[in-house]
Amino acid sequence: MSSLTDFLAMGGYAPFVWPAFAAAAIIMGTLAVFSRRVLRANEATLEALRAERRAAREEASPGVALETENET
Amino acid sequence: MHRFANPARFLRLAKAVLPWSTGLAVGLIAVGLTLGLVVAPADYRQGESVRIMFVHVPAAWMALFCYTFMALASAVALIWKHPLADLAAKATAPIGASFTLIALLTGALWGQPMWGTWWVWDARLTSVLILLFLYLGYIALWQAFDDETHAAKAAAILALVGFVNVPIIHFSVEWWNTLHQPASVFRVGGPTIHGSMLAPLLLMGAGFTAYFVSVLILRLRSEIAARKLRTLRLAEVDR
Repeated sequence: MSSLTDFLAMGGYAPFVWPAFAAAAIIMGTLAVFSRRVLRANEATLEALRAERRAAREEASPGVALETENET
Repeated sequence: MHRFANPARFLRLAKAVLPWSTGLAVGLIAVGLTLGLVVAPADYRQGESVRIMFVHVPAAWMALFCYTFMALASAVALIWKHPLADLAAKATAPIGASFTLIALLTGALWGQPMWGTWWVWDARLTSVLILLFLYLGYIALWQAFDDETHAAKAAAILALVGFVNVPIIHFSVEWWNTLHQPASVFRVGGPTIHGSMLAPLLLMGAGFTAYFVSVLILRLRSEIAARKLRTLRLAEVDR
């Protein structure tokens, strides 16, 4: 147990070492989470817009497929 | 390079690579942290505070690497008009800015116990702060124009002009009298750092690079989707 306390104490430098690692983890974690969130939102909006367009096209001219859509 | 001018082909590759780069990032960082926090010895002068090096240095490396990547992508966009290049540069900027911020914050936390100060206007610290401003300016430029093509061009020029800062940062500790210590890894004559400390450093560097690849893929996919949205919406207006 004392070695865990020693480890956490970082030879007295704990107030500097742990915030440094925490800052790195928080910044990198937040960037990753937000990047993923924005990607999901954009892809969802894109898919919704495409579905809307497809529905509108089906209504206007039923059975005609559009090949130029670059589906991903 | 021209094979990936087609966004669909790039997106297929990106989807395949993403789980591997993410797995690598997690694995390499986990091992690097274990070696750096537990196995590596304390420094005879700096004690345990030296462990901050294992996030500070890789973050600084990535800050420079990301800007170099951004400048290269900008050059490709300007010269060859590769359709994904300007989006790749745009996607990289927040990642580079984040690493620069980490380097500055962890550096301050290391400097206070070791140097007795959170900040000093020496050549290394000042030029890295300027790097952060360049990243932020680059990001702001993309928002500053109504026409995206104008924004892309202006941002690309800023990225290229700002690239002069990268060698200045690297050589600052040689060219000027700095409080920041001289290079211990990337120097003529090879690393002077002991293997027990070099190993976690390199592992963290590799882990951060894999993390960069993963986040870049997420952001680039996002930019491609956003561009498609804009095109679709513009087509609707024209009708």
